[in-house]
Amino acid sequence: MAEKKKKLLQGNEACVEGALYAGCRFYAGYPITPSTEIAEGMSVRLPKLGGKFIQMEDEIASMAAIIGASLAGLKTLTATSGPGFSLKQEAIGYACLAEIPCVVINVMRGGPSTGYPTGPSQADIMQAKWGTHGDHPAISVTPAYVQEILTETVRAFNLAEKYRTPVVVLYDEIVGHMREPITMPAPGEIEVVDRAKVTCKPEEYFPYDDKYEVAPLAPFGTGYRFHVTGLNHKQDGFPTNDPKIIRENNERIMRKIENHKEDIWKNEETFLDDAEVAVFTIGSTARSARYAVNEARKAGIKAGLLRPLTIWPFPDRAVAELAKKVKAIIVPELNLGQMVLEVERCSRGATKVEGIHRVDGEPITPAQILEVIRKYK
Amino acid sequence: MSSRYEIRFSGSGGQGMILAGIIMAEAAAIYGDKNAVQSQSYGPESRGGASKAEVIISSQPIDYPKATAIDCMLAMTQEACTKYHKDIKEGGILLVDSDEVKEFPQGKFRLLKFPIINTAREELGKTIVANIISLGMIAELTGVVTHEAIEKAVLSRVPPAFLELNKKALQIGFEKAKTLK
Repeated sequence: MAEKKKKLLQGNEACVEGALYAGCRFYAGYPITPSTEIAEGMSVRLPKLGGKFIQMEDEIASMAAIIGASLAGLKTLTATSGPGFSLKQEAIGYACLAEIPCVVINVMRGGPSTGYPTGPSQADIMQAKWGTHGDHPAISVTPAYVQEILTETVRAFNLAEKYRTPVVVLYDEIVGHMREPITMPAPGEIEVVDRAKVTCKPEEYFPYDDKYEVAPLAPFGTGYRFHVTGLNHKQDGFPTNDPKIIRENNERIMRKIENHKEDIWKNEETFLDDAEVAVFTIGSTARSARYAVNEARKAGIKAGLLRPLTIWPFPDRAVAELAKKVKAIIVPELNLGQMVLEVERCSRGATKVEGIHRVDGEPITPAQILEVIRKYK
Repeated sequence: MSSRYEIRFSGSGGQGMILAGIIMAEAAAIYGDKNAVQSQSYGPESRGGASKAEVIISSQPIDYPKATAIDCMLAMTQEACTKYHKDIKEGGILLVDSDEVKEFPQGKFRLLKFPIINTAREELGKTIVANIISLGMIAELTGVVTHEAIEKAVLSRVPPAFLELNKKALQIGFEKAKTLK
């Protein structure tokens, strides 16, 4: 007997477990395939924990609701897929500038537009970074295994609280709908970061206090009164036209992520020590890649895998170092070329970069990846 | 690749193929000592259309969750049989509902025919347990999970009022499969 009880869970069910483990107590959403099981799970579980579940009238309202609930002090979540992710973008930008922690799950399906609801895709990678307008910070985590969806959802909440910013959890339909045995973490087993407490008096409180890189956020309704706006603002939250303050604030919200990339990055390396050809990918495609790399090794080919669990900020250093060591980096992805552009940028011509792209609603198979690996043996 | 045992359940939406896949994965990974992953593919319809669920069983960690070379496939409709049989490996098993599937695909696999849905209707009065009969048949035919494990998995997934019905359906599956061996 295993010491801990295993459960067969679906990826989306594991996401619910991760959110609740992290302390999420508010969910607002507009259900959409292939993310609907997250809304279903939260609607069953949250009321029992004293939390709130609201099915909103649409996606942007859902996003606005989780921003509001977060300002009231709760850890908040919404889940969607590509079409809904598009509709949330305006409010995601608001949360970036107003610095409101929240977590958005995007279970990627085929696009553009309504696309292919029940088919997998990885075509929202750039949208997760650039979906909302203006320069803004972006953190996105990319689990590939059901157990990892649980742990990465917890990490997404931690990063959101630590850096006072929206965090996107990106995974594809295959990972969201597949089932794997997982073990439930005991309380305390995985780190949970709670929101920094405000220690000053209400009359001394500034929501964007320039003493801090990330100021503590006081929950509304606790006596700390402040203004929140999507306009560029001063440290008290009221709008400003002062160029110096506008510049400083715009730079700071980028810097608070840029200066802490080491803390936010997370990569899994498989056989990279002596690899001559490497694969770089995420999600279900990384599962195909790991299979292909194992098969390549059996055939005596020195192949390896770099699998980022944080895609934004992009793992530029890891890719740059890898590019100096290998003959080629292969980038399979369920889109027509997104991550491959970043890998090319970070490789700076030090190695050959080759994409494998697929947009027919079917997964990239291990055989497809192995065929390209063989070209570089 | 031989460390993977791959099963595909296929039929039309609403026939319980995905549930059958989940139960098989639980029999292997929760009530057995193996690893298993279950995945599925279906259209936008909640009823009808071709639907499939796949289960990969292995003693090793499983990366690729989809079928590559199928050891055993179940087809409950002609459409699913025609659409999904191509990945069955040489020497694999194709089990079809003989009232539903009339055009048999050619290939180097064992074709087994049995009136699964009709057996559920005649012997249990409920066609809804046809998927559980098939699970019993596949457990018996392949030996990939034990009778005990599949029974525990089935019983943990059904409402209390239907325990006996499902237990019987599974037993019927075990027995009918013996006649096909």
